[in-house]
Amino acid sequence: MSLVPVYGLLAEFDNPTDLLLAARRAHEEGYRKMDGYSPFPVEGLAEAMGFERDRMPLVVLIGGLLGCVGGYLMQWWISAVSYPINSGGKPYNSWPAFLVVTFEVTILCAALSALFGMLGLNGLPMPYHPLFHSARFEFATRDRFFLCIEASDPRFELTQTRRFLEGLGGHGVSEVPY
Amino acid sequence: MEQKDRVEEISVRHGRPPVMAPGHTFATITDKISSIVLTRPVSLGWMLGVGFASLWAFILLFAVSYLFYQGVGIWGVNIPVAWGFAIVNFVWWVGIGHAGTLISAILLLLRQSWRNSINRFAEAMTLFAVACAGMFPVLHLGRPWLAYWLFPYPNTMNVWPQFRSPLVWDVFAVSTYFTVSLLFWYQGLIPDLATLRDRAVNRHTRTIYGFLAMGWRGSARHWKRYHTAYLILAGLATPLVLSVHTVVSYDFTIAVVPGWHSTIFPPFFVAGAIYSGFAMVLILAIPIRYFYGLEDFVTMRHLENSGMIMLATGLIVAYGYIMEPFMAWLSGNKYDMYQFWDRAHGPYWWVFLSLITMNVVIPQVLWIPKVRRNPAWLFLISLDVLIGMWIERFVIVVISLHRDFLTSSWGMYYPTRWDWFTLLGTVGFFFMCMLLFLRVLPMISIFELRELLPEAEVKVEP
Repeated sequence: MSLVPVYGLLAEFDNPTDLLLAARRAHEEGYRKMDGYSPFPVEGLAEAMGFERDRMPLVVLIGGLLGCVGGYLMQWWISAVSYPINSGGKPYNSWPAFLVVTFEVTILCAALSALFGMLGLNGLPMPYHPLFHSARFEFATRDRFFLCIEASDPRFELTQTRRFLEGLGGHGVSEVPY
Repeated sequence: MEQKDRVEEISVRHGRPPVMAPGHTFATITDKISSIVLTRPVSLGWMLGVGFASLWAFILLFAVSYLFYQGVGIWGVNIPVAWGFAIVNFVWWVGIGHAGTLISAILLLLRQSWRNSINRFAEAMTLFAVACAGMFPVLHLGRPWLAYWLFPYPNTMNVWPQFRSPLVWDVFAVSTYFTVSLLFWYQGLIPDLATLRDRAVNRHTRTIYGFLAMGWRGSARHWKRYHTAYLILAGLATPLVLSVHTVVSYDFTIAVVPGWHSTIFPPFFVAGAIYSGFAMVLILAIPIRYFYGLEDFVTMRHLENSGMIMLATGLIVAYGYIMEPFMAWLSGNKYDMYQFWDRAHGPYWWVFLSLITMNVVIPQVLWIPKVRRNPAWLFLISLDVLIGMWIERFVIVVISLHRDFLTSSWGMYYPTRWDWFTLLGTVGFFFMCMLLFLRVLPMISIFELRELLPEAEVKVEP
């Protein structure tokens, strides 16, 4: 490790294919603490770096089920327990009439958990990140593709890792300070 | 998507115009769209447009203030026609919103890549249209300051909403629709806001876009979850958008009024909603691509496809127009039969005639490919369809109510100047919001356009 605290080494590529190949090589090499950065979703990139469990569907399922059960129970409690009104001789718990609102509340809760679940699992909002120190990194939201091997990886060694990244055929490797 | 398909999408196929003009790269797409927000000077035309639209928004404010002061008596509503313009406008605006969700969610699930260049501003259109729609039921309440009574919240009066009423369903449907549309729109914006943050030259804009982008950095793991969440949101918005106008139609069908009590209403309303929504998409897209020089991204292909969707949904609507009287006659119910006779022969016959002309007859010119590929023609037909769909709601609301079971309670409805000010005021408010949106947010989804390029394809085995 060097004396200056380093977040990681950032290698730059100009197309998604090179980035994906580099990520795959780095994973084969034994690196685990790394991430790829691209201006649009690159299919298979996260998987190439060993990302397997995408828990988004589970989060949305839980949100949707809570909304569904909660939405129905709310209507049942209001219409049959707290404020029963005889409307056209229908039973107090007139479930067919409650389906529409149950459906709407299900969708609402599922959608809220989709957005906030995505943000939460991704650790956003995160206004500060060491990568934003890198001068080149602003092109990750334009037309450049980056692979960052982080210094916290047990196999990380500044000179060796740099040599490894340079051997991947990118457009230069730079240190990302903390 | 296979690479072959992708290249084909870009290239000219079967003589049809491409989705995106050739020659673009990730960088040119990014710079072109973000520069509209970041560096393009404010033009005189935009200022005049916003000024004129805001003038009407102020007229809306004026009309609403007077309404709050005086009460709904300033409108033309009466007994028997208690619903009047407020509900006509509500249904019209909600319907317009539907095209935005259709483009952003349903066409995403159907992998229609041409949607990528029009989904952003179509979603903005949805939000602003639903905002306009949401005003009307509240204004129509009579005591609009008590609108929050519609929501179930614990209160000292110990009363709750009636969940067997379609009007309460509607509150949930429209508010859910607005919220989900907003979430979907915002999620789509996050990567583009990060692009604007990184491209911004001035410190203040960088701070604002940086705040809104929430530190997005395009990480592969983030993209993975992002993409899953985006598809799930699309999957949720798809049944939602179909349900919204269905629930709006329940406001009518659950009632016993002749002309309203009909099982064809839900699909008929949804088709009509998409019909008018695409008309509004074209009314916005045609000037936007012209004034902002976006012909490369919003090509003739988009205009033509929108025209074809309008033609198809218009035919479904026409089928509804035929089935309504057919079912009335088949039922043998004299009140239903009279209602449809009255539409064509009663005092509002000329409204009904203009409905058929504008919604059924004139749009048939869209069968002609030359018309579908001519922006000026498309613009005029869209205008015709928008007005036609507004008239449709007038026919449903007003003509059905003005003569129902008892001849002694028949009446007529005439809108007042305040009805017109409120309607045109919301149109002004809508265009004011759209014009402001064009200046401050990327009107085309940048990251989704990048995905359309052949270079975006990963050329290795997974």
